[in-house]
Amino acid sequence: MEQLNAWFTRLLADNEIFTAQTIGYYAHGLANTAQLVLLSLLIGLMLAVPLAIGRSSPRPWLKWPIFLYTYVFRGTPLLIQLYIIYYGVVFVEGIQDTWLWLILEKPFYPALIAFTLNTAAYTTEIFRGAIKATPRGEIEAARAYGMSRAKMLRRIVLPSAFRRALPAYGNEVIFMLHASAIASVVTIMDLTGAARFVYARFYAPFDAFLFVAAIYLCLTFGILYLFRYLEKRLLAHLKPQT
Amino acid sequence: MIDLQGYGPRLLQGAWVTIELGLLSLLLSIILGLLTATAKMSRSWIAHRLGTLYTTLIRGVPDLVLMMLLFFGGQIGVNMITDWLYYQFDIDIFININEFVAGVVTIGLIFGAYMGETFRGAFLAVDSGQIEAARAYGMSESLMFRRIRFPQMMRHALPGLSNNWMVLLKTTALVSVIGLTDMVRVAEEATKATHEPFTFLIPVAVIYLLIASVSEWGFARLQKRYNVGFGES
Amino acid sequence: MVDQYKKLGIRFMKKLLTVSLLSAAVLAGTAQARDYDTVRFGVDVPYEPMEYRLPNGDLTGFDIELGNALCDEIGIDCTWTVQGWDGIIPGLLARKYDAIMSSMTINDQRRKQVLFSDPYFTPPSAWFAPADSKITVPSKQTLEGKTIGVQRGTLQDNYATDMFGDVADINRYSTADDMVLDMDAGRLDIVFLDFPVGKSTLLDSNNGDYKIVGKMISEPKKYFGDGFGIAFRKRDKELAEKFNAALATLKDNGTYDKLYSKYFETKK
Repeated sequence: MEQLNAWFTRLLADNEIFTAQTIGYYAHGLANTAQLVLLSLLIGLMLAVPLAIGRSSPRPWLKWPIFLYTYVFRGTPLLIQLYIIYYGVVFVEGIQDTWLWLILEKPFYPALIAFTLNTAAYTTEIFRGAIKATPRGEIEAARAYGMSRAKMLRRIVLPSAFRRALPAYGNEVIFMLHASAIASVVTIMDLTGAARFVYARFYAPFDAFLFVAAIYLCLTFGILYLFRYLEKRLLAHLKPQT
Repeated sequence: MIDLQGYGPRLLQGAWVTIELGLLSLLLSIILGLLTATAKMSRSWIAHRLGTLYTTLIRGVPDLVLMMLLFFGGQIGVNMITDWLYYQFDIDIFININEFVAGVVTIGLIFGAYMGETFRGAFLAVDSGQIEAARAYGMSESLMFRRIRFPQMMRHALPGLSNNWMVLLKTTALVSVIGLTDMVRVAEEATKATHEPFTFLIPVAVIYLLIASVSEWGFARLQKRYNVGFGES
Repeated sequence: MVDQYKKLGIRFMKKLLTVSLLSAAVLAGTAQARDYDTVRFGVDVPYEPMEYRLPNGDLTGFDIELGNALCDEIGIDCTWTVQGWDGIIPGLLARKYDAIMSSMTINDQRRKQVLFSDPYFTPPSAWFAPADSKITVPSKQTLEGKTIGVQRGTLQDNYATDMFGDVADINRYSTADDMVLDMDAGRLDIVFLDFPVGKSTLLDSNNGDYKIVGKMISEPKKYFGDGFGIAFRKRDKELAEKFNAALATLKDNGTYDKLYSKYFETKK
């Protein structure tokens, strides 16, 4: 183990580009990417469930505003959404004097807001589709039992909707990971930001970007296997019977 | 209504660049998609492996990283090749990898992988009974492809195609990051010069929504045409 | 069944190959004569007052005007191609343009890749902060925990990263413009820029009150190099010589001084 350490440090020291300092930047970038992606997915998910329920409701005053929200956020590029929130937030009158500024000043939080709103919109549509696809039989049975709408949602519709949404949501998680690279555009030192820094300093595009591409590839595969495992566990009942 | 402070014409030019970029990338991605679908369904294991490698790499790396790799690395890579040509054969050419070309190639490559999956599913979905009947009639392979396979495949492929196009359209915004003067870039420049982000970014967002709506309408019409005789698919 | 797909695939492949070869040939220029009668410049815009765009899209600035004057002196035509800073040297090496005149500092790292003309302008760098900032002198203590703005890949980036990277947050921007926007927004505590650019975009602008923090810096050479120079491909020695000669002439006959005072009021 010691020998491995020594060899690794020597490798880093000899290499002009992959020094301990630049690996540090990549590590820092990885941490930032992970934070951004996980937080936005989590909050987006929590927002999406009630929004999806509202979207599938028959009440127009609930359905249409949510539809407008998902239409706009799914129909415009994430980059634009990020720019509007990052630059636009500054021009709210007097915002620099409020406590909000302490959060909005750092580029991380406007980016988090943009990513969260974006993934919430997509996830809402995914869940809505899953809710809509609930087999009629189950709903009829629930009604026959005299369940209230709320109880039916909680006991029957939502659990099976979650499982149905799993494949599509797995895709959404991977999209979010890839979309997070855009954060580097507003100076956030995420994985892509680290790559751009190394490229700018050493004029070595292949080293800088191939390395980071490899990291993203590993992360993507990790997520893919995680969701395959989840699908196996939770969707086993839907697999074709051999 | 809104004072675009002289940036109006350039914004429209940028919108046109976005549309050009989108259409050219779409073309490239459809070509690559058909190739990939062919490769993945082929009996040669090399083709199959190559196809899978291609789609795996593309779907594992962020669009922006691929774009930068291609643009920054591509220039240096192409330069190495032309330098070698110059020193070995005294051929002095230069192949221009500008932002537009890099954008088209990157987006085409990325969506070629997704289109490949769409086309593969669509080809597999063509009813084999129809193929048997066509053979029974003595149709040649190319006639069968033209009359039977392709139209039916398109019917199955259209939803996937339209979805991919919608995502492609939004991905074109990324080319502004490597410097292409599309409408996002113009809006950025205008924002920086005038300190008025909403004045420029919101119209750009609206233009994207407009293009998306027009595309939806277009695809709906295409779908109606290819669904003739099938009822609601 | 799959065989005709293979055939189609091969046919497609052949078509694709011919199309790409044809387009490569079409995009290829004819053999470039070693004597340039048109020189294409690569420039990263905006970087006021050195190079920037007017709202109608026209390019202007000290670099642009000096470059045009040099070309006039040599007796050739010049064109200007806008290229982002990130890709500006690769673009030169890829023959996208023939020279870079974009406030590029001559330093050893760049000398490895390109050939520089004689320096044509040597501005110092300076730290700029809001007028009411409590920072009076840039040091590890005063900058601890602060947010510093620099343009990615510039000498200021290298300097700030090495000197203060471990005590302060460094935000790196693709262009100086992005940085100024964030500075005006209050996201940055201090920025480190070429002095003329900071003066033009911060001190002289009406988007806020700013001041210079500490003294102007031109040392050490490891970072600050030898001033701005025009970059050429290494084999274009003759071209570089022509520009050096023209620069000397312009300096002698007063054209340089006129341009200088037009853009930078007082001589430093």
